[in-house]
Amino acid sequence: MTDLTTPLGDEVLSLRAGDRVTLSGAIYTARDEAHLRMMEEGIPFDPKGAVVYHCGPVVQNGRLVVAGPTTSARMNTLTGFLIDAGVRALIGKGGMGPEVVEQLRGRAVYLALTGGCAALAADRMRLSGVYFENLGMAEAVWAIGADRLPLTVGIDAHGGDLFRTVREKAKAQFHQRFNNR
Amino acid sequence: MVNPADLTLLDALADATERALAEAEIRLPPDVLAALQAAAAAERNGIARQELKNILENIALAGERQIPICQDTGVPVVYLTLPPDIGLSPDLFEGVREGVRRATASIPLRPNVVDPLTRENTGDNTGVGMPAIHVMPGDRLTVTVLPKGAGSENVSRIGMLLPSQAAEIPRFVAETMLLAGGKPCPPVILGIGIGGTFDMAATLAKEALLLPVDTMDDYEQEICDAVNTLGIGPMGLGGDTTALSVKVKRADCHTASLPVAVNVQCWACRRATVEVQR
Repeated sequence: MTDLTTPLGDEVLSLRAGDRVTLSGAIYTARDEAHLRMMEEGIPFDPKGAVVYHCGPVVQNGRLVVAGPTTSARMNTLTGFLIDAGVRALIGKGGMGPEVVEQLRGRAVYLALTGGCAALAADRMRLSGVYFENLGMAEAVWAIGADRLPLTVGIDAHGGDLFRTVREKAKAQFHQRFNNR
Repeated sequence: MVNPADLTLLDALADATERALAEAEIRLPPDVLAALQAAAAAERNGIARQELKNILENIALAGERQIPICQDTGVPVVYLTLPPDIGLSPDLFEGVREGVRRATASIPLRPNVVDPLTRENTGDNTGVGMPAIHVMPGDRLTVTVLPKGAGSENVSRIGMLLPSQAAEIPRFVAETMLLAGGKPCPPVILGIGIGGTFDMAATLAKEALLLPVDTMDDYEQEICDAVNTLGIGPMGLGGDTTALSVKVKRADCHTASLPVAVNVQCWACRRATVEVQR
């Protein structure tokens, strides 16, 4: 188990798909609309060593009520500019497409957070600010302080993709069991 | 004019629906929790064990803090049982709708119900045909809720198999999970509807999700084992635990048909029943 703290640097390059890590420090939520806005108007936080979290939280009275991960694949074509700007890690669920695997190579990693664990995620996070609030609660960029968020390296900086490996094994198992009778 | 007696029934039904939703959204049923605990104890893959540990910790935290288990609080699917002295009336349906509106504000639930084409959100989780309300006869007046999230609903599948393909049903179910991968937030529970008509198979598949998950007959176990050999694991990260349980409901069908529906349910198999106080 590796404990990571933001801002991240070259330590992410030594991680391998399947490694378990915890992450503490500043992270920034962004879904589809936030990515589009950042492409137009620029990234409102310092992207060097930053962590972007695919999440649309429920916020009530300045507090996070629930903050589980959303499906990352929706951001497949919206992610390159963040990595180019120095973002070192993405957090989400379900993994990302081959184009993102290539963009991460030598630069950054994708970290998987357990889907549906909205109460757990909120428990390990405190709100610290917001950008683009006019995008609405789910789509705004929320600045969050994370405390030992439990994560799995889904895609590493060397092209290793745990989701793809599992999919390929599942396919092989399926054909072995069902196709030869 | 509203009959005061009917208003009381409407209000009692709204209250029961609201309470059932609060129970379902915040606490998992004991059989589902037990299945997750058993899977966590048996799992051999380290990553999968951590994922299951996160899920169990999440469930405990939601209970302590009285907050929903998952941010996708789903769309409400509702089953009513009516005793012989309760007639089918519009008030029954309005009572359920009112309960959903109250629960959306009080728990709170994420407003998930939208127009299918304009995607305009109704804001209170009710709408045309929503919540889905199914009525059946019973001894007591009860409300059962099954809030259904979209991640798992979106990978559900129906197949009109040939009558000669009964032996292919386990393959069809496993193929459904192969296509779904980590998208439905596994470990999943699979509700399978076999027989009936096109629509009835889907109805049976959803009803199967109401059955206790802690027992399986030989056929259900065979399908569950086939799915678990895929090794998709919790969240698609690999492991022994892809399906917690498989539940099958059957109906007779046309001699030339074999409808098979697979309703995929994420690990958060949320359901609760409340008897209406009247």
